[in-house]
Amino acid sequence: MKLSLGKWLLPVYSGLALLFLMIPIGYTFVYSFNDSLKSNITWRGFTFDKWLNVCNVQNGAVCQAFGNSLFIGAVATVIATTLGTMIAIAIVRYRFKFRSQTSLLLFLPMATPEVVLGAGLAAQFLSLGVPKDMLTIILAHTMFCISFVVVTVKARVASLDPALEEAGRDLYGSAWQVFARITFPLLLPGILAAALLSFALSFDDFIITNFNSGAVTTFPKYIYISAARGIPAEANVLASAVFILALVVVVTVQVSGAAKARRLVKLS
Amino acid sequence: MAFAAFSTTTAPSTDPVARRRSPVALFLLLPGILYLVLFFLTPLVSLLLTSFQAPREFGDIGQYDYAFRWQNYVEVVTTYWPHIVRSFSYALAATFFALLISYPLAYFIGVKARRWPLLQSLMLVLVIAPFFISFLLRTLAWKQLFSDESFVVQSLKALSLLGPEAHVTGTAFSVIFGLTYNFIPFMTLPLYTTLERLDVRYLEAGNDLYASPFQVFRKVTIPLSMPGIVAGTLLTFIPAAGDYINASRDFLGGTGTQMMGNVIEANFLVLQNYPTAAALSIILMTVILVIVSIYVKRSGTEELL
Repeated sequence: MKLSLGKWLLPVYSGLALLFLMIPIGYTFVYSFNDSLKSNITWRGFTFDKWLNVCNVQNGAVCQAFGNSLFIGAVATVIATTLGTMIAIAIVRYRFKFRSQTSLLLFLPMATPEVVLGAGLAAQFLSLGVPKDMLTIILAHTMFCISFVVVTVKARVASLDPALEEAGRDLYGSAWQVFARITFPLLLPGILAAALLSFALSFDDFIITNFNSGAVTTFPKYIYISAARGIPAEANVLASAVFILALVVVVTVQVSGAAKARRLVKLS
Repeated sequence: MAFAAFSTTTAPSTDPVARRRSPVALFLLLPGILYLVLFFLTPLVSLLLTSFQAPREFGDIGQYDYAFRWQNYVEVVTTYWPHIVRSFSYALAATFFALLISYPLAYFIGVKARRWPLLQSLMLVLVIAPFFISFLLRTLAWKQLFSDESFVVQSLKALSLLGPEAHVTGTAFSVIFGLTYNFIPFMTLPLYTTLERLDVRYLEAGNDLYASPFQVFRKVTIPLSMPGIVAGTLLTFIPAAGDYINASRDFLGGTGTQMMGNVIEANFLVLQNYPTAAALSIILMTVILVIVSIYVKRSGTEELL
């Protein structure tokens, strides 16, 4: 009896811990079907209305904010992924002066609390007299995404076999051809992972955005502002839709990865 | 999502490639490094300068001049020391509880679930699932679940576990609860990455040498998973100490639970008292850097940086 209890304790605990993580997600999802009026606190009955008419509430303020977040996330991701990938290649492949200082400069933004990053940028924009708008949000998001791109892509560059590129050069490929036909395609999974990570970071960022957004509203900022007077169910709809989409993507990737791993095990 | 940063640093890499010196390196590094200098480093300098600013004579609210008014720091510490203490004690408590909750979970996924790769990947997806839904909405969901009219609070009151006048939201408990909940994935993922590579033969060797399960855990498992513990605790402690969502009055906090982040936000964005906000930010950053460097040195995992 004691043995079987010990054997089941850990799996049962893990299941419960995961269930605990899911509670607020389930709550948000369920309340996206609430036939609520202005605020979405008490359950008033089931409806699909909010899903079908997401943009109708408050003249589409929720959708406007959501669109802003998508746009900011996309632009910041493109810039941060480009700059970060270049740095990652340089760090793994080249020798240069101030190497440790560079690593420190890349590490520090990840070790700095967001409120300090946000207040610092806001203080700089204030002293330079730069008005806060969409551009300042993009500049801020790009900044904190770069370091995360570097660490993600760096791992991929490090695992790349340099012999493949040497083979390309031996076959008279120009530096550009070697990069475009060999290096880049091999780095692509890492670059895509980094891009997804930076989009997710940008899309859900509130603290830094709040300091540098002026009158522009992003999706998290919309939720923050509405929190005091109640959040419309439409916000739950958009958040749930993003959640389902992300979950489908990740589960597909994970399951295909696990299947590939199993096939490799069988082969060996 | 910072887990990627810490999980990859410990990943085994192939033999160091023969690194070349080339002008290409400069071309690759310069744009990104320049960007970080302009939008990360100089803002910190800006913040430091702002923290010494003095109010402009006969100026409006929000008008300050560059000065060396070090008294700002004295005033900030004497006025806001409860917030400073609260920030670090709440962050410490949340880190402790997150570690307590995450370690067994990460151990199960990383060690026990190895035989079932599909189960392992699905559990990992569930661990990161909270990242896919707005951080603010998740926190608000807890607020509603803990509100005075909620089923949870009503049942606790019916069972007399909670006094009839007691509240859950707006207390230190609910803020620490929220911080713990929000940072569990940041703790679990780095723990998982080290535990996943744990060689179970070491544990078997411990058993063979007549160590009790507890001794094996304390003398073998814990030391071998130290890099994960350090990364996880830092990933939880740093953002938790600077957080102001959980402690905000509109979310899980109340007037008595305000942290440094709340004061910085209010002073910067509402009261336009920039020097106070800046001085408090500098204090927060300095304390964190000191704690982190001592902690990393003590735990002997410097290669993490």
